[in-house]
Amino acid sequence: MRSIRAAAVGAVTLSLALAASACGGGSSSGGGSNDSPKELTYWASNQGASIEVDKKVLQPELDKFEKETGIKVKLEVVPWSDLLNRILTATTSGQGPDIMNIGNSWSASLQATGALLPWDAENFRKIGGKDRFVDAALASTGVKGQDPAAIPLYSMSYALYYNKQMFADAGITEPPATWDELVEAGKKVSGGGKWGLGAEGSNLSNNIHQIFVLAKQRGADFFTADGKPDFTSDGAVAAVKQYVDLMAEDKVVAPGNAEYAQNQSLSDFAKGRTAMVLWQTASATFKSMGMKDDEWGVAPAPVQSGNPGSGTATNSMVAGINMAVFKNTDNIDGATSFVNFMTSDAEQKILNKAYGSIPSVEAAQTDPAFNTEATAVLRETLADSAAALPQVPDESQFETAVGTAVKELFADAAAGRAVTTESVKEKLTKAQQQMPNK
Amino acid sequence: MTTTTASAQPGERTAGTSSPGAARERRRPPGRIRRIGLPYLLLLPALLLELLVHLVPMVIGIVMSFKELTQFYVRDWTLAPWNGLDNYSMSVDFDAPVGAALLHSFLVTCAFTVLSVGLCWLIGTAAAVCMQDAFRGRGLLRALFLVPYALPVYAAVITWAFMFQHDNGLVNHVLHDQLGLTDKPSFWLIGDNSFVALLVVSVWKGWPFAFLIVMAGLQNIPKELYEAAALDGAGVWQQIRRITLPSLRPVNQVLVLVLFLWTFNDFNTPFVLFGKAAPEAADLISIHIYQSSFVTWNFGAGSAMSVLLLLFLLVVTGAYLFLSSRSRPAAGSAEASRSVKASRTSEEGETADV
Amino acid sequence: MSRSPMAAPRSFLWTRRVFLTLLTGFVLLPVYVMVSSSLKPLEDVSSRFHWLPSNLTVRPYIDIWSTVPLAKYFLNSLIVAGAATVCSVVIAVFAAYAVSRYEFRGKRVFSVTVLSTQMFPGILFLLPLFLIYVNIGNTTGIALFGSRGGLILTYLTFSLPFSIWMLIGYFDSVPRDLDEAALVDGCGPLRALFRVVVPAAIPGIVAVAVYAFMTAWGEVLFASVMTNDATRTLAVGLQGYSTQNDVYWNQIMAASLVVSVPVVAGFLLLQRYLVAGLTAGAVK
Repeated sequence: MRSIRAAAVGAVTLSLALAASACGGGSSSGGGSNDSPKELTYWASNQGASIEVDKKVLQPELDKFEKETGIKVKLEVVPWSDLLNRILTATTSGQGPDIMNIGNSWSASLQATGALLPWDAENFRKIGGKDRFVDAALASTGVKGQDPAAIPLYSMSYALYYNKQMFADAGITEPPATWDELVEAGKKVSGGGKWGLGAEGSNLSNNIHQIFVLAKQRGADFFTADGKPDFTSDGAVAAVKQYVDLMAEDKVVAPGNAEYAQNQSLSDFAKGRTAMVLWQTASATFKSMGMKDDEWGVAPAPVQSGNPGSGTATNSMVAGINMAVFKNTDNIDGATSFVNFMTSDAEQKILNKAYGSIPSVEAAQTDPAFNTEATAVLRETLADSAAALPQVPDESQFETAVGTAVKELFADAAAGRAVTTESVKEKLTKAQQQMPNK
Repeated sequence: MTTTTASAQPGERTAGTSSPGAARERRRPPGRIRRIGLPYLLLLPALLLELLVHLVPMVIGIVMSFKELTQFYVRDWTLAPWNGLDNYSMSVDFDAPVGAALLHSFLVTCAFTVLSVGLCWLIGTAAAVCMQDAFRGRGLLRALFLVPYALPVYAAVITWAFMFQHDNGLVNHVLHDQLGLTDKPSFWLIGDNSFVALLVVSVWKGWPFAFLIVMAGLQNIPKELYEAAALDGAGVWQQIRRITLPSLRPVNQVLVLVLFLWTFNDFNTPFVLFGKAAPEAADLISIHIYQSSFVTWNFGAGSAMSVLLLLFLLVVTGAYLFLSSRSRPAAGSAEASRSVKASRTSEEGETADV
Repeated sequence: MSRSPMAAPRSFLWTRRVFLTLLTGFVLLPVYVMVSSSLKPLEDVSSRFHWLPSNLTVRPYIDIWSTVPLAKYFLNSLIVAGAATVCSVVIAVFAAYAVSRYEFRGKRVFSVTVLSTQMFPGILFLLPLFLIYVNIGNTTGIALFGSRGGLILTYLTFSLPFSIWMLIGYFDSVPRDLDEAALVDGCGPLRALFRVVVPAAIPGIVAVAVYAFMTAWGEVLFASVMTNDATRTLAVGLQGYSTQNDVYWNQIMAASLVVSVPVVAGFLLLQRYLVAGLTAGAVK
């Protein structure tokens, strides 16, 4: 009898203790400390061809850092499919890495959780000051007017990659500079199983990147100045329609692209099945797919008319990876010195060369490696004609809601259903209503 | 077997806290006190684990459903503001988009579950009945039929995803290129056909379980029944109709319930097939809730939807058990088969104290 | 057990033949795709489907080990699923024995609710469970989150309800006279359990073990959140073949086959037990 009672009491006590401990929340140790000064955990995003490639790129640099500072960095390269979930659970539980890479468009959303270390003037001083960084990259580090929640690490921008041979065969001498020219060129090369342009219709983020630029080119934005969703303006609707019409109306995008979400459009391009693709830093990928450097050319992504520039001449979003420090790290000095190390001119050169991206630090951009034909286009786009995605806390919901709407419109187009201004507006209205209204 | 996650049982609490003296023993050898506690001790590890992994988390989940747990508050969910029934009223406001989407997802799931369970049961039973008699190659065939069930979910489903591709998949190659059934290749992973794709995968993966259970059930039907029927001049078809199917009734009651619960809660299949955002036509409720909580970062709303789902399943299961236990005496044609464990326990459930 | 020896009519035989043939095709189609695609070069699997490989290659089977650390994931899955299975079976045996052999208050509620726990959506307690593990780690120093231990604990409870439910049925079918005789001979109840009941219930226990192992081997959702680089299991690790550059379908198929072989082989070897276990247990 006693044992029964003991067991019962034990069970109840345990459940209460568990409930209580869970109620404690994980992240009460708010401000960060230097309790474990010799160790850091770093979650890197998957930048190279595979996770194994990334480890090979990063480990020598981490060893270098350990040699300099005596701090051991435990590296984990997290696949993109898991990264946001891992960050979210880490945020919720307070059990995460000290430093991590985030997609720069997540900056504002993650900033809102309050889990990331804000980079005020004092913290910036520790990594050599704000001025070292490229302005465009800094524009995508959090809500305007607040201290950045993350530091730009790798920068990228969109460009138009084209197949030289396919262009030559179709008698196209100049890469298209405007959308009309792109459609025209696309129509010329299409036929016989070949298509003009590749797209990733089921990749929500990619959809967002493309329609964001098209909206910018109409002076439209997806959020009002005070951060309210505004998906159904005429400009936004026209932008989405223009993008989907590349498949539905202009027929320069193969219907099959509607279900692409795993960079299949790059593989089509490398195999000579499509003549053009709008992508960020694709050169390393083409090479790994066996396409020679002289087989493809690169040009600035198209605009509606004229030349790329700011405002309605925007032709890329500011793409890139930021580095963020968890506020509750137990090695805050080590974490900042690691950020300092990774954003140093020397490391910026090494890492961005390895990944084919653009340094986020101005001084590192002077390296000749970033002035080849391919990289120069990306670098100039980033500097002159790229705009940051909306820096609002609801950005990730926006990507999901609107990205899904575009995906569904592509599915309609692929199935041969009409894509009209009304149907686009209807999808966007639905997307907007799904946004949190607080 | 489908990895369905299970959770804690309210009943365990009763077992843990009930007054001790009630334990009765079949025999009373020495060491009685120790022996009275023994069943509870034996249950203890199971109880503790269920408590840790299912019950307590579920309670926390229910608490979360009353909170405004968006990205502004996930860092310490205890500090998230209470918002009463807001998450619930938002979820069931079917005129607004969030509620409408949930309702749509719910209806899709219902249609999917009914079709999938029905087909799984039909194919499984038919195959088991077909293979009741010995014939050459029966053992091999039985092993083959169990392969889809034995394959890990992700390995099987990713193969189907490969086959369903628009440009390079086998399905379009056969239907369009070889048979010419469609004028152009169809999309299976996006758009309306995705429902069909999901159903095919789910049935492919699920029917062997029905097959296995029915096969086991068939072995419990006494041979004499068939012999008696054969003497009466009943042919094979009549034997199936008059003996096999009625005798399987109790087995089917449990089988259908288990299949229903697994199919309704299935997460792995749509997740591996479509990724994080399922197409509208195949937006199963588990994926929908996942997206509502993890992709749009609204864990409060996601929890509320989960709780609603849980309530729905509780009601359906309760009603099902109630109805099936009531209708059992009517199923008397199986009188010769032995008493059925599962429906007996379900009957007890009706009268069980809380 | 077969029906009457009376000859079945032709209509039945033909229906059966057609139906079983179609069903075999349906079942084997993906298996064929898996096997044939795993022997194709990458160009083959990333262009229009063909029934036969343009040229056979075993390259994918070599590459799978270097594209992702498959061996490590394999080992992790083996440890996690193996440990979860052993623990789950032992715990289920205890619980089922208690329910099958003793009368005690709460027993009815326990046994009926065991099955009904299958209805709870995993997504509801994913985040809370994660929080609990982290907090146990913080307060006691037992690392559950991110470790194999946490995953083992989680998976074993996933299979526990069904295992208990099935074993209760099976133990009920083991004659009580057997363990009562052992008790009379002076065995303790636990010895009676292990000496008499368990050996008599081997098919049921094997069935339960197979189920528990498969549950743990195939789970995706919890594994994706609760593992890290060092403890990642196959279910999550296999995503690594869809890299930034390309989807290595031939390697995905090869790896899928490789990870399926142990479970499928084990399953098929043990399927007789499984049917016997179900016959005497769950469906009786």
